[in-house]
Amino acid sequence: MLTKLTVLAAEEPSPVIPHPAEVILGLVAFLLLLGILWKFVVPRFEALYKERTEKIEGGIQKAEQLQAQAEENLQKYKDLLADANAAAARIRDDARIEAEQIREELRVQAQEEATRIVAQGRNQLEAQRAQIIAELRADLGRTAVELASKIVGESLEDESRRRGTVDRFLEELDSVSAPAKK
Amino acid sequence: MSLLAEGGEFKPPGVGDFFLPPIFGSVTKPMVLVVLSIIIIAAFFLLASRNLKLVPGKFQFLAEGVYDFSRNSITREQIGAKDFRPYVPLILALFTFTLVNNIFGIIPIIQFPTFSHIGFPLALSILVIYPVYHISGIRKHGLGGYLKKELFPPGIPKPIYFLLTPIEIFTKFLMNPITLAIRVFAAMFAGHLILLVFTLGGEFLLVEASGWLKPASIFAFAFAIAMTFLEAFIQVIQAYIFALLAAGYIGTALAAEH
Repeated sequence: MLTKLTVLAAEEPSPVIPHPAEVILGLVAFLLLLGILWKFVVPRFEALYKERTEKIEGGIQKAEQLQAQAEENLQKYKDLLADANAAAARIRDDARIEAEQIREELRVQAQEEATRIVAQGRNQLEAQRAQIIAELRADLGRTAVELASKIVGESLEDESRRRGTVDRFLEELDSVSAPAKK
Repeated sequence: MSLLAEGGEFKPPGVGDFFLPPIFGSVTKPMVLVVLSIIIIAAFFLLASRNLKLVPGKFQFLAEGVYDFSRNSITREQIGAKDFRPYVPLILALFTFTLVNNIFGIIPIIQFPTFSHIGFPLALSILVIYPVYHISGIRKHGLGGYLKKELFPPGIPKPIYFLLTPIEIFTKFLMNPITLAIRVFAAMFAGHLILLVFTLGGEFLLVEASGWLKPASIFAFAFAIAMTFLEAFIQVIQAYIFALLAAGYIGTALAAEH
């Protein structure tokens, strides 16, 4: 058995001595594989990665663009709103001033009108009074004559009383017509 | 041994089990597996990348996962976001090639990790990774600048260089590629040997052991199954480390300073 083992050991190749055939085959096979991976596989995967990266980056870029646009729009609307507010305030102020003016004008106009109406009224009154006085005077003369004729025609017994009456009447007439003359 | 054995005697698995007779001519099983591995990887990626969509389907998601892992977690992490792009195919190929060949160790029927033959990892480390990282460094810093940066790192007292520089030469120009290959080779070799021991031992116990010892084979098989899971983990880890260190060497060679 011992001899058999030693014979076997002698026949057994050493595991740490490389076989040239295996080294060459290993190298050739590996280089072949490397060539295939280099030429076909890696470029395809890299292209895929590039495409994927671009897609993701494109998406991000697009989102950023949209956000920037939205912010720009928001700013624009804010500006518009501020402008509108300012315009509204200005218009309100203008309107208030204008209203003030209009009111003042109206007041002045009304006052003038009132003054005018009052003056007109006074003139009218004056005219009417004058007319009435003139009419009254005419009437008075007639009435006086009528009255006198009646008194004279009726009785002339009581001379003194009659005289007194006429005198008084004439006096009264004077006192009435006196202010009308003024 | 005679205590256990009724019939034949137990021959523990050894190095000889790694060198099976050629299948035909001088073509051996690992040679076939290496060719098979590149067919699998190339087909997988070519099919997956044939019609890439922005929103991936299940198959594309899987392929993208593998691609992402070697591109971002290994290459970009080790080389830096600025220079890593040209090295993506290399690291992707290294990772997937090592991964598939390692995983072969636990695939039923195939059940042989190709990298337990040191020739394959050595071919990658000495003939591919070694020249790539030195040439990358020289192209970036110039021959003098690169050697000065690698062998005479600044900020060290002068006498230390007598000690440091020979060590740096030894590690950077001699040991790095060899240890890189031996790490994955040894892990695959040992892992496969352990599986062989438990599987063949269990088989022997079941077939050859005396009646009352036969149930012991159950433990052997249970251990073989448990070790298979552990192996699956180790095979993935080793593929990751292999690609990670390769990228790390390139990153170091390209780095401005230590």
